This record gives sequence, structure tokens and C-alpha cells, in this order.
Amino acid sequence: MALPPLTPVFVGSLWRRRTASALSVLAIALGVALGLAVQIINGAALDEFDRGMRVVAGEADLQVLGPGSGFDDSLFETLALHPLVAAASPVVEITARRIDGAGELRILGIDILRVVAVNPKLIPVPADGADGDARFAAFRQDALFPSPALQQALGVVPGEHVLVAAGQGRARLEVAGGLPGMAGERVAVMDIHAVQTGFGMAARLTRVDLRLRDGVGSDAAREALVSLLPPGVRLGAPDESAARAASLSRAYRVNLTMLAVIALVTGGFLVFSTQALSVARRQTEFAFLRAIGLDRATLMRWILAEGLVLGAVGGALGCALGYGFAALVFSLLGGDLGAGYFDGTEPSIYIAPVASLAFVSLGVAAGLLGSWAPARAAARIAPALALKGATLVGAAHHPGHAVAALVCFAAAGLAAALPPVDGIPVAGYAAIALILAGGVLALGGLSAWLAARMPARHVATRLASARLQAMPGHVVVAAAGVMASAALAVAMAIMVASFRDSVDQWLDRVLPAALYLRAAESDQAAYLDPATQRRIAAIEGVSAVDFLRYDTIRLGADGGAVTLIARPVSDDGRELPLVGAARPVAQPVWISEALADRLGVGTGDALEIPLAGALHAFTVAGVWRDYARQTGALVLPLARYRQLTGDARANNAALHLALETDAATVAGRIRAHFGAERFELSAPDEIRRISLRIFDRTFAVTYLLEAAAVAIGLAGIAASFAAMAAARRKEFGMLRHLGLSRRQVGAMIAAEGGLTAAAGAVGGSGLGFAIALVLVEVVNRQSFHWSMDYRIPLLPIGVFLTALTVLAAVAAVLAGRHAMGGSAVRAVSEDW
Amino acid sequence: MLEIENLTRRFAGPGGRTVLDGLSLAVEAGSIVAIVGESGAGKSTLLNLIAALDVPDGGRIALDGVAVSALDEAARTAWRRDHLGFIFQAFHVLPHLSLRQNVALPLWLQGGDDATHAAAADRMLARVGLAGREDSRPAELSGGELQRVAIARALVHRPRLVLADEPTGNLDPSRAGQILALLRAQVVEAGAIGLLVTHSLEAARTADRILRLADGRLAAAP
Repeated sequence: MALPPLTPVFVGSLWRRRTASALSVLAIALGVALGLAVQIINGAALDEFDRGMRVVAGEADLQVLGPGSGFDDSLFETLALHPLVAAASPVVEITARRIDGAGELRILGIDILRVVAVNPKLIPVPADGADGDARFAAFRQDALFPSPALQQALGVVPGEHVLVAAGQGRARLEVAGGLPGMAGERVAVMDIHAVQTGFGMAARLTRVDLRLRDGVGSDAAREALVSLLPPGVRLGAPDESAARAASLSRAYRVNLTMLAVIALVTGGFLVFSTQALSVARRQTEFAFLRAIGLDRATLMRWILAEGLVLGAVGGALGCALGYGFAALVFSLLGGDLGAGYFDGTEPSIYIAPVASLAFVSLGVAAGLLGSWAPARAAARIAPALALKGATLVGAAHHPGHAVAALVCFAAAGLAAALPPVDGIPVAGYAAIALILAGGVLALGGLSAWLAARMPARHVATRLASARLQAMPGHVVVAAAGVMASAALAVAMAIMVASFRDSVDQWLDRVLPAALYLRAAESDQAAYLDPATQRRIAAIEGVSAVDFLRYDTIRLGADGGAVTLIARPVSDDGRELPLVGAARPVAQPVWISEALADRLGVGTGDALEIPLAGALHAFTVAGVWRDYARQTGALVLPLARYRQLTGDARANNAALHLALETDAATVAGRIRAHFGAERFELSAPDEIRRISLRIFDRTFAVTYLLEAAAVAIGLAGIAASFAAMAAARRKEFGMLRHLGLSRRQVGAMIAAEGGLTAAAGAVGGSGLGFAIALVLVEVVNRQSFHWSMDYRIPLLPIGVFLTALTVLAAVAAVLAGRHAMGGSAVRAVSEDW
Repeated sequence: MLEIENLTRRFAGPGGRTVLDGLSLAVEAGSIVAIVGESGAGKSTLLNLIAALDVPDGGRIALDGVAVSALDEAARTAWRRDHLGFIFQAFHVLPHLSLRQNVALPLWLQGGDDATHAAAADRMLARVGLAGREDSRPAELSGGELQRVAIARALVHRPRLVLADEPTGNLDPSRAGQILALLRAQVVEAGAIGLLVTHSLEAARTADRILRLADGRLAAAP
């Protein structure tokens, strides 16, 4: 197919200014690559998690799910004998802490005779060399059947042993075979009786998988079975857990995607800069074309076509980069980019055609939108004036822009007050977009204001100031990218600093003791009975002990898992990191922010909590900040919990020490008393260090996105100044004729570059403060349901903005270097 | 007085040639000399050398006894700033400065008091017929008016030598006549030396002397 005859004139110009074009393409490619990589990585992890959940559920139509401490196993018989149920398979699920090495084991206790009918993939396959008769190995109390992925993670093969914390002591489990049906999952199965007796779950089940009789719908079965269930036990579809995981990680994914989109927007600004400058340089050419009959609409379409080519090439390149980037990040950080949503899955990269197409389209959109204003400016050129070189495309700043900027800022304020849509802070993101748009509209005015206040003792700064005051439109062209990237970087810096500072303070509040003792990784697999608790309290050097009991209960209409923490707590809840004031009530429960949002309850509201198979009435005495559990958590007074459940066991202990007793000494005494591997002992400093390391790892990707956006912004200012300097060669030459030295011309360009970048940086930091406020108060609050205190890291931001301004000035001088030399002098003399 | 003796300039390379070959010229203060010649005769090269924007291969250029060609780059820049005024065919008036600022530009380079510079610029603008337009922007002016601004800028700092390159090349004949008359009047009044490079014999005839540049040397035009 033949190209239109004007292709070399327009699209061909992209090749003639190939450095600027390459930068635009690269900027778009980076935004597309980052956004697509986030989608691919998170999508692959979600798919794998979903597949894992389905494999674990097998052919079950429904699942009966109970709390972490389980429900009475007599319910199983009731369910199995129900006429609508074809087959039922009981499960006890625990997570056991490994003692003879690092890691933990997710163990499903199954009834091997029952599991066949519901989920044959959970059937263990004994190894040939297992002790005893292989046919009965699955029934042995110490036989463990890890999946291939778990075997690899633990570094064990059939015939070897694994030592885990179990109940009051430890269990030595033999790897008696494998679980080939669960190849990609890190999970193991054991005989259900072995798990119940060995891990403190006697006569308890955590789940029953049900297969319904043919022709029985799940809705009808739900209706018939739900009345049989005690409080705290619920019926759910097997895919609900995957949906919940997707929902939890979605907010994180959307946040990262939005950062990538902001990087893409910065790329769009770069396209805008290069296209606007190109239009300014080619105005005589356009005027000539208009004079010989090219209509305005066609001229505009051609310039848009240039943007489309930039966007399409950038999008395609970004698509390829995205897959490579995803593979790299996958291997380094995992499927949740370090956030910890999909521990235990081993996903792999796959081709995502819809996401790829969507991000390539976003790249094309960035190219087109970046070219829109320059194309419109070109179409409005008056040919007669342009042929004489008497117009200045895009130089002016319209007074209406200030009003439009104010409207954008006001609309952003309104949008920030709107609630989330399906858990996603759509209006919050709209507020961020409006703040950025308002910033671009205000940038010209801001730069003119700054320029008017620049000391103008030297001719170079005086000329720079005069130019920037007279042509704020050109500042917008050059500095829009810097402003967007500075806004992003400052906003993220404030958000991350606020978050990290809040986490640090939160750790202070939740870790008041000198030493922490943990029996097991999960709620039930290992515990401290009352006798053990007394022995711990009696250890020399221990002045007081707070014992904590953990359970996972199901609360709310969706039956989502909630962590129950029973611990000693004062009537006013002062031991907790409370948000707002607490209210003294008769039967108090303190709930986390996430749970308050999920259930829609607050201080003073009533809350029924299922404990030990019965519902109990409590009143919310306060809401506390919890950065550890996004699904929600509640705190009950330990004494009340024990009174209602009869469960006197504990999982963790916070040890307060006598004066002049150090934690290491007491830890040594506990190890000597109970055995070195019985408990995990940690000092608060160590917990803090590990927590903050996880925090920093989680935000590693955002730093990468920030760096990319800043690099794009700087590239933008370099490209803009290179193009402007080329267009101003005759001006520089004239100044050299009048007696400006090369250094003075350089100083003038540096002053212009520095002032332009300063306008971008100052404007960007202002926007960054506002965007950070939206991120902290709206986006994070609505996405993750946790609040944080606003903290501005002034020194790093100040250093960053100064460095950005200086770098931009250097970039401007380097870009304008060629135009300052002898060629500029000759440029004036071209007509001599 | 401008004195040029045995000026030589060669361009190296495969197509290299000698553009100026022992050229000599002397111009008294208060007079204007027009230089005409074919395209490629070396007019640009000569002006670049006189303006100290290029360095000759041989010979000497002196203004009021100061040998310009012996100065280093910094000194040449300073010399240009203090002693030269330029008028270009394409005006080269900065679009982002007001008329007052454009005219005051050479004074800014010399340093000193802003108010004095502004007053001097205003006086020059009045002398070229643009009184009351001091705060206007170049975009609001016609070609003839822009060239008046350029003349004001070229003379505001009282230079000893004014180099005018086709100052009427972009103007219609009636305006060209006015501009040339204005240029002549201002140069003579300032006691400066005017060097006018043009293709137009009409324009050249407004000068005191007309010289033709051919074969690297200047000769009186017929």
C-alpha cells in the first residue's frame, strides 16, 4: 500500500529530529513497559493463586469454612449424611513452623478415603522406599507428603525428615512421598488424625469440602445447609478465597498501575514538548503548505499522525520491554512485587494480549494527546505572518489558564471527598489527574512570576528573565515533564516517609516489651498451655508477661477472615495504637481500621462475635491502626476471651524484664529451660528491623517508577532546550555580535534552563504536597484501609529539587552548546 | 579611522580558495562606504573579519589605531561590545523584549544604571521616529519600523563603527530610502564610520564612496 504523498514532509520529520523523537519514544515505552509489567506480574500471580485455590478445592461445589481454631468435627457427619451432599471431605489446615531449618509448612490434614471423591489431586503418593508398607504409609502419624514445590523449597526428598513445632512440643515428620497433583503449590498433606492429635486440633476441623448430588444447585444447597452451621462457620464457593486475594492485591496493583500511568503522562508531556517545538520551528514550512492549498484540518491530522507514530512505536517497544522487565522483576521480587500477597505460589510469565493491547493503546493515546495542542497551534498559524517569520507559536500564556487552574484545583478538592468505587479510589485518582492538569495550566503564570523576581544584575540573567516573562508558553512546553515527574517524586517521597514513620511509631506501640516469644507461625499448630505459661512467667529476670492468643474467625456478611487477638488490655485500650478517642464500654472490643471500614462500624457500635460456636455481644470501644493485617483484626481482653471460650492456651508472649536484666540472658534461660528450638524468641529491635526491611522491599518498585519518571522529565527538558537552542541560533549569534561572550550566552541558557526547571520543580513540589495529601488521606485510606500521619521529609525533597534544577540547567547548557558556538555567529551572517 | 592593510583570508580543504587577497581600505570617521559585489565575492568574510568574529590569515585591521586582529577572543568580544554597532537584513530584534529593552541591550552589556540606559534608549527611539512606542513588542511593528529599532540599537552606545548588512533588503523602495537616510544622518551625527554592504546600487548611492569587491580586492565602482 502506497503511503500518502505528504508522509515524508510530516512523519519523515520525526527522522530528521531523531534524537528528540527517540526520547519521546523511549519515554512512552518506559511508561508502557512499567504499567504492562505490573499487570503481567500481578496477573500471573493472581492466576496462579486462583489456580492453586481451585486445585486445593478440587471438584468441591461448596466449602464449609470455620475459624482457625476450627469447629467441632461432629458437624462433618451431619453434612456428609445430608441428602443433598454426594460426598464430603474433612480438612484440618495448619501452618507449622519448621524447627530444623528456615520456613514454614502449610499442611492439610485429610481423610484419604474421603478425599478421593471430592479432590483426587490431594491423594498422596508414597515413595517406593518409604518405611513400612507403602500402601499404608499415608495413614502413618509421622508421614508427610509435600508437593514437589514444597519439597524444593524445604530442600528435602522422600526418606528425609522435617522437624516442626507441634502443640506443646515438636514433631519429627518423615517425607514419605509426594503430592504430584499439586505440583505448583507449596503445600503438604498428612493424615487428618495425625494433624488433629499432633497439632492441638483434637476433634476439630477447619474446613469441609462438599460435592453436591447431580442436579442440586449450589444456591439451593446453601439454603438447606446454612441452618446446620454454628455461628462463625460459613458456606462459601471455592473461588471466593481467590476473589478475596484478588480484591486485596487489586488496590496495590491499581496503585502501581497509576504510578506507571503517571510515568506515561510524563512521556506524553515529552511528546508535547518536542512536538510543540517542532511546530514552532516548522511554522514557515506549514505556512507555505497552507499557502499552496493544504487545509487546516489536514495539517492538524498530519501532526497528530506524527504523534500517533511516536505513540505506536513507543507502545510496541514498551510492550516488549514490559515482558522483559516482568521476567526480571518476577525473579527478583516475586509475583506481588514484594508486597507479600501471594506467598507460597510459584507463578510464571504468560502472554497477556488484552493488557498488552490496552497499554500499547495508552502509548498511542499519550502520543496523540501530546500532539493535540501543538497540532491545533499549527492549524491556527496565519500563513501570511508565518511566512515572514513574525509569529511565535505557543509562546503566549492565556490569562484564562489561571482561572482554569483554579477550577481544576477546586474540582480535585471535591473529588477527594468522594467515596471509593468497588474498593478502588477512582475519585482519588481523578483528583490527582486534576491537580496535575491544574499545575500545567498554572505553570506559565508561575514561571513568569518567578522570572520577575529573579535577580537581574547580569545581562545574561536579565535576558533570561525577560524571555521567560514574555514567553511563559515556552516554559510550559519545556517544564511540564519536569513538573509532572517532580510532583510524582515529591508525592511518593512524602507518602512513603509518612507511611514509614507511621509504621515505625506503630511498631513502638505494638512492641512495648523487651522480649517476644512465639510458639508457632500460625494460630493453632503449636501453643503454650497454662502450665507452660506459668513456667515462662517464673523464669528468672521476667517481671511480667502478657500472653496473647490468636485465632482466625469469620465475620461480616462476606464471611471474610478476621484475626482475633485476645490479650491483656486496659479499659481505655491505651496499649493499642488507637485512632481517635476510645469509649469505655461494658463488653469492649477494639477493631482495626480495615475491619471498621469492612463492617461499616465505629466506636460505640455493637458487634456480635462468634466464639466457641456461639455469638457474643460486644461494643466497639475504639478503632486502632493495624499495618499488619489488611483483612482486619480485633482485640478482646484475654480474660473475657478465656471466660467465653474456656480456651486457656496462648500462642505468643510479651516478656517484660526486671531492671538490669538483658533480653539475651533471659532468652538463654528460656532456651535452656524449654530446649533451643521450642520457641521463636525475638527482641523488638530485630522485629522492627525485619518489618522495616519488608516495608522497604515493598516500596522498591515505586522508587524505580519515580526514577524513571524523573529521568523522562530531565530528558524532556534537555530535548526542549536542544530544540529551542537550535531554533534560536540566530538570536545567540546576534548577541555574540553585540558583544556577549560565549560564556555569557551559556549563562543565559543556564539561567533559562535553571529557572524553567525551578518553575517545574517548585510547581511540581507544590503539586506533590497536594497529591501526597490525596495519596495519604484518600487513596491509601480507601485502598488499604489504614491511616497514617502526614510527614514531609524536607531535607531529601530540598536536595532532590535542587539537584533536579541544577541537572536541568546543565542539561539545557549541554543541549544549547552547539548553538552557542561559531555556527551561531555564522547563522546571523547567512544573509551577508 | 578604520584601516585595513593587505588583508588575506584563505579557506582550507579540497575546494579551498583565497577569498580575500591583500585587500586594503581606509575610511574616515563621519563617512559611509558602500561595498557591493557578486554573491560569493567575500563580503561576508570581510564583514566577519572587520567585526572580529573571524581571524585573518594575514594583514591588519585597526580602528582608531587599535589593531583588532591582534586581540585575543575575550578582548575582541569586549571591543565589539564597546565600538561596534550592527544592522542586519533580518533585523534580529528579540521578540521577547520591548522596544526599549531591545535598544538598551548594548548598554546592558556595558553595565551601569538602568534608568540611564532606559532614558538613552528612549532618546534613540525618538530619534528614529518611534517615540511613544517604547513599551511595544516587536510583533506589533512593521518591517520598516523593526529596522528603525535595529538602527537605534546599533547606535545607542555611540559605536565608532557601524556595520550594516543589506539594511533595506526586506523593505519596499520608499521605506528603504527613508531608512537609508536615517542611517546616514545618525552615523554622520555620531561621527562614526559606516560600512554598508548591499546588492542594491540605489542603496549604495547613499554612501560617500562605493567600492566593488572582486577577486579578493576592493576597487572603486564605476
